[in-house]
Amino acid sequence: MTTVTAPRPTLPAPARHGPPRIPAVLRHSATLAWRGIVKTIHSTDALLDVTLQPVIFLLLFVYVFGGAIAGDPATYLQYALPGVLVQTVVFASAGTGTGLADDLKTGIFDRFRSLPISRTAPLLGAIGADLVRYVTSGAIMLAFGFALGFRTNGGVLGVLAALGLVTVFAFALCWVFTALAMVVREPRSVQGLGALVMLPLTFGSNVFVPSSTLPGWLQGFVEINPVSKVADAARGLLTGGAVWAPVTTSLIASAVLVAVFGPLAVALYRRRT
Amino acid sequence: MNPVIQVDGLGKSFGATRALDGVDLAVRRGTVLGLLGPNGSGKTTTVRVLATLLRPDSGRARVLGHDVVAEPEAVRACIGLTGQYAAVDEALSGTDNLVLVARLLGLPRREARQRAAELIARFGLADAAGRRVRTYSGGMRRRLDLAVSLIGRPDVLFLDEPTTGLDPRRRNEVWDEVRGLAADGTTVLLTTQYLEEAEQLADDLVVLDHGRVIAAGTPAALKAEVGGQRLHARPLHPADLPAVTALVAGLMPGSVPAVDAAGELTVAVPDPAVLVRVAERLDAAGLPVAELGLRLPSLDDVFLTLTGRVATDTPEEAA
Repeated sequence: MTTVTAPRPTLPAPARHGPPRIPAVLRHSATLAWRGIVKTIHSTDALLDVTLQPVIFLLLFVYVFGGAIAGDPATYLQYALPGVLVQTVVFASAGTGTGLADDLKTGIFDRFRSLPISRTAPLLGAIGADLVRYVTSGAIMLAFGFALGFRTNGGVLGVLAALGLVTVFAFALCWVFTALAMVVREPRSVQGLGALVMLPLTFGSNVFVPSSTLPGWLQGFVEINPVSKVADAARGLLTGGAVWAPVTTSLIASAVLVAVFGPLAVALYRRRT
Repeated sequence: MNPVIQVDGLGKSFGATRALDGVDLAVRRGTVLGLLGPNGSGKTTTVRVLATLLRPDSGRARVLGHDVVAEPEAVRACIGLTGQYAAVDEALSGTDNLVLVARLLGLPRREARQRAAELIARFGLADAAGRRVRTYSGGMRRRLDLAVSLIGRPDVLFLDEPTTGLDPRRRNEVWDEVRGLAADGTTVLLTTQYLEEAEQLADDLVVLDHGRVIAAGTPAALKAEVGGQRLHARPLHPADLPAVTALVAGLMPGSVPAVDAAGELTVAVPDPAVLVRVAERLDAAGLPVAELGLRLPSLDDVFLTLTGRVATDTPEEAA
């Protein structure tokens, strides 16, 4: 090889005792997030998860349940869309756990960890890429909802705020699934257990039906279920009704999830890797 | 000259399993060390400790003078790792895999692309560069894996079973690449289950069994240690094996013939002349043989002598 001109990569001197080098961590995380996004775009099933799943959810729920629950699909769409939006990002956030378990299993994380980069960068990069996934899924769901005849009275700001809020909630919830992935390890089991968490969380909420139609004992659960609060907040932002109370509760719930499961997930990740 | 890799009394347990039980080894600059042993002997654990992926329970390991526990970042800056399971990203293209690692190593975008193109060409992956790795054959994946581990021009390269599952032609390509790297001054630690691979590539060998070093030295020294020629015989009819074994054992009091899974009997012989007597006796007893002869000990024989087991015959052994 006579054309080799690239110098040996010069690496910043490792800071062994000071605080972590934030810029390097961010740079590496961004590079790894790029990898996560390319990976999603390149794998058909992951891409369909992001794009087609919201469309199918909306079609199924609106046209299968719409008539029975609200009298006609158009009326139901107005009620269900904000909730199904929450459900979509909750499902996407469970996918974070499966993806991480998969990465850990294939040994690609071993490769990353043998490189002179921050140890948490692979985790942060994966979650960064998934944030893009959540936003994309949510945006597709909203766009398709509008195409089906959904009408908002919140304006552009209301729509953006709703999308932002559900993304924040999905981000908060993904730490639960990340912690789960570090404990369970096997991608299939993570997916299975993730569904066990997700299904009661999304169906045991006011996403599909108003909680007043439910038996008393279930109402109790629905009322404390954060998914209900986020759905309420999304409804408030998109179709009117109370905004500040459910938004505040949703943000507090998200903050609690991050505060509890964030450090737990990172600690489990560091122990695991 | 100080060794590039220095391992002293390394110990690591997983639950009740003692994966490493006081491993010592040293690798000189620009040489290839072959770490040899059956599955579960501690080869991969040793590599994972050296690549800072695993903390040892006891002992110490240094790479280019840097302690793997105290200075993992310094170690990571000078090593390349090719994993047993080809740790490349299946969903990314070959080029993207290389660019990703180049960027993580701090190369600017342009240079990262350039370095990726260079390695794609060097490893004969030009036709598949833009394709997802999922569509690659096992050989292409190994070559890409090796290419990825060379992006940072590491001084030290760890190859964990680099040719497992490759056909002979692809295996030879990987071997040529490893030889070239060592010739250029890269220090290589290679784990393998294949004695032939160790014989082909390694300047020095360390044989592990149950987390312990059971032998170390050059391939020639290890063979000399085992000593003498081997008589091998394979009966035409597998059913004759016990009779042939008894007959050979009778002619050589004190030596115990070993029998492998392929139905071949091997025994160390003090005097080559015994071959003629064995042939006569077999003929007289009416025991036809498909193969009968003498050879110098192979590393298989070395392993057999050291452990009492055939090296490649214990794939199911737990870690």
